[in-house]
Parts: sequence; C-alpha cells; structure tokens
Amino acid sequence: MDFASLVFYFLAAILLLSGLRVVTAKNPVHAALALVLAFFTAAGIWMLLEAEFLAITLVLVYVGAVMVLFIFVVMMLDINIEQMRQGFWDYLPIAALVAGLMAVEMTIVVGGDRFGLTAPAPKPADFSNTKELGLLLYTDYVYAFELAAVILLVAIVAAIALTLRRRPNRKVIDVGWQVRQTAKGHIRMVNLKPQRPEYKTEDDE
Amino acid sequence: MEWFQELLGPAWLPVWTLVKIIVIVLPLLIAVAYLTYAERKIIGYMQIRIGPNRVGFFGYRLVGLGQPIADAVKLMTKEILLPTGANKSLFLVGPVLAIAPALAAWAVVPFTDHLVLANVNASLLYIMAITSMGVYGVVVAGWASNSKYALLGALRSAAQIVSYEIAMGFALVGVLMSAQSLNLVEIVQHQSGGFWQWYWLPLFPLFIVYLIAGVAETNRAPFDVAEGESEIVAGFHVDYSGMAFAVFFLAEYANMILVAALTSILFLGGWLSPVPFLPDGFFWIAAKISFVLFLFLWFRATFPRYRYDQIMRLGWKVFIPVTLVWILVVGAFMQTPLGYLFH
Repeated sequence: MDFASLVFYFLAAILLLSGLRVVTAKNPVHAALALVLAFFTAAGIWMLLEAEFLAITLVLVYVGAVMVLFIFVVMMLDINIEQMRQGFWDYLPIAALVAGLMAVEMTIVVGGDRFGLTAPAPKPADFSNTKELGLLLYTDYVYAFELAAVILLVAIVAAIALTLRRRPNRKVIDVGWQVRQTAKGHIRMVNLKPQRPEYKTEDDE
Repeated sequence: MEWFQELLGPAWLPVWTLVKIIVIVLPLLIAVAYLTYAERKIIGYMQIRIGPNRVGFFGYRLVGLGQPIADAVKLMTKEILLPTGANKSLFLVGPVLAIAPALAAWAVVPFTDHLVLANVNASLLYIMAITSMGVYGVVVAGWASNSKYALLGALRSAAQIVSYEIAMGFALVGVLMSAQSLNLVEIVQHQSGGFWQWYWLPLFPLFIVYLIAGVAETNRAPFDVAEGESEIVAGFHVDYSGMAFAVFFLAEYANMILVAALTSILFLGGWLSPVPFLPDGFFWIAAKISFVLFLFLWFRATFPRYRYDQIMRLGWKVFIPVTLVWILVVGAFMQTPLGYLFH
C-alpha cells in the first residue's frame, strides 16, 4: 500500500466514524460538531483527488459558514433527549429496511465500475485546478452557471420577503439622521455668573 | 545540508518541514508575547499613562521588557478550573480549535519571494478557508462552559464573524481580479513598481473594508462584543483560567498578526520596497505588519465599542454593497483601455 492510499483509508475511517457520530450522538451540538469533522475530512479526501478548489470551498462554505449557523441554532435549543428517543424501537425495523434499500440502490447506481473509473494520471505540480474550473464555468457552462446564480438570488429574495415582518411601533433610529446631527441646535451654551447659594449654611453665620 | 539529507534518507522531507514550521511558529509566539507588551505600552502612552515598567531582566527594569515573560509564567502555573456542569471534553477542545487555525494559516504566508513554507496555487483560498474555522473555538468554548455570559458571547461572535467574512471575501475577490492569481507570492509580485503601484490605491475601498473587517474578524475593539467586559463580563472565555485562557489569548493575537500580514501582502506590497533605490526584503514586510498592528492598537485606544445592531448594519448594509460596487468597477475598467489602472 502506498502512502496515498494509506492517507485515503485514514481519512475515510475518520469520515465514516464522524458520520456515524452525527446520527448516534445524543447531544445535538455533538452531532453538529461531528458533521463539521465529517466535512473537513471529506475536504481532505478531495484534496487527495487533486480537487483543491472543491476541497477548499467545501471547508470555506460548509465548515466556515453553513455549520456555524447550524450550531448557532442548535446551541440555543433545549432538547429533551428522552422525548426524542421515544418510540425508537418501534421505528427501528422500518428505518433499517429503508436504510438497507438505499444502501443497495446507491451501490448499484454510483458504484465505481459503472463509470469506468480508473485512476487518472497525476497532474504536474503547476496544474491549477482553480484556473481550469474557472475557465470551464465561464465558457462552456456559463449559461448553466448564471442560471443557477439567478435561482439562488430568487431564493434569497423569497426567503427574506416571506420572513420579514414589519411590526408597527418599531423604535428604529434613522442612521443617516443620526450621523448628520451636530452640536448646533442640541446644545445651549449658558453663561452662568458665579453666585452665592441662596440657602444659608453654617459657614455664613 | 546535503550530508544531513543523505543521513536521514526518506525521513528528510518531514524533518526538514518540521524545522521550517518551528522556524515560523517560534518567532510568531515571541511576536505575540511582545505584541501584548506593545499594546499595553502604546495604549498606556495614548492615555497618558506609562504602562508596565517594572519587570525586567537580571535586576534591570529595561522599561518593563520582562513583562510578557512574567505573564506567561504566571498563566502557565495557574490552575485550569473546570466549571461544574461544563461539557468537559468540549471545554478543553475549545482553546485548541481556536489556536489551530490561527497557526495553520501561516503555512502559506510568504515573507519574501522564496521564504514561504508552502507556495501553493490557491493560497488565498486556503487562508480564507482556514481562518473561517477560527470561530469554532469561540463557539465551542462558549457553549461548553455552561454559562449564560459565555453562551451570549459565543452567539455574538458566530453572527459577527459570519457577517464580516462575506465582506472580507469580496474584498479579496477584488485583489485576485487585479492580480489574476490566487497565489500570495504572485499577488505581491504583481504589485512591483513602488509605492503607487500597490493595491491600496486602485482598490482603496476594498483596502478599507478589508482592514476594518479584519478588526471585526479578530474580535478586537471596537468590535469586541464577544468579550464585551462591560456587558457580558468576558464573553466566551469567562470560565477559562490559566493556560486554557492563555491559549485563547495567543490565538487572538496570532490572528491579529495574521490579518496584519495579509493586509501588507494583499494591499501594501508585501516585501516590496516603496522606493526604487532601496532593495526589497523581509525588513519591509515586517515594517508593514508592525504599522498595521499599530493601527489595531490605535483603534482600540480611540473608538468606543460598537452597539451590536450597528455592527450588523455596518457589515451587511455598508461593507457588502461597497465591495460589490467596487468589484463591478474593477471588472468594467478591465474591459477598457484604462484597465492598466487596476493592473
């Protein structure tokens, strides 16, 4: 076994274990963190496949942004684990059946030999995966790429439009107005002459 | 050197890489220690105080130069308290998650043309990906402490870092458009030609956005709501003591130096000399990093802490539109004969 396959099996083992932890961890925060580890290890495997752009983007987008928001939400949940585990044994047979079926289907459909996959020759060291991807995305696949971007934009706008609530009586300060304010009109300078207190103190007597 | 290489055989590469890693990390940690000293001194003088001036070496005070060493020894000898009800494993993993990305990012930071641990093609992307993981240290620490203040700090930090990362990323898009490369060494080489050729000028809005977003990313004042001692005591690390706290401290300052180094590389010409009659070299990048770090300290001594909603407004409603518009401007100009303005 050469070094590359050793690294692959090492990463694959971590990936499988962390994937297992995602579904078996009792604490949802632990599950989310295991998912982070799974993403990170998957990025390592992609790096091994010389897909450095995809690997780094996986870390940047999923680990750096999506999972942070996931954990943000999960951290604030107060989940009753006992309640969640109710009926576990009732659902187990049908869940096992579904999982088994899916595993069989996936091996049939996405097995390596279906695609005639053979390990491609390693690229020279100065080959830039990022550059090649960029060239393809903006030439051959530019319409598909732009279409996907527009669909995402529509999704963002729709999500915001659906969830934005305009409450009456909101106490919002207009920042532009706030910044424009100067001391003029808000501060009154008063010239006070020094004066003796009107009440009598013990010193006066 | 070749004699050594023959002696070690196949083990040569890992050993040599390890030596290079130590050569980068050790000065970095010393720089972190003396950055804390510089911070206390500089802010002290800005507030008409003297700052630490007692601890020296061998009986001499030496304007307090021994202070960081004394601080480190103090923190190392203190007990690490585990709060009851804390999630023990995650509580201890938190500081590690904070410092690991802060150090790992240095693997691709170039100091001169050849002085770089790993000169990879996608080094800019690598840095963005690795630094985006730094937030896990804060979030995990805040959650595992089982304290309300710590949790609030973690939530604030998570929301803030996700918001500013977008503006930061867009600012970097401008740089890679100008340099036509994701490689940090090539980005600096593209800026050759003196002070007026550096990217701070053609990409000025992006430079400002990057600098301020960098302050926010490292949780420094005036964006330090994750700690906010006047509101939530010390935020996410309120329950940490001794070396566990020190590791958070190290991570924050290592991140500061990293952002300063990146600002120098991306916008201030890295190791290039500002004038043609002086040679390029490591000296220049060190000077630029020091200058940006001084700005960090200056900000802290000058500005009051932002209110939380103001931070979010600045990130989403000001920085992101500014960067988007400037990327558009750069892209449009590149299609005209005036494209040389943006290189």
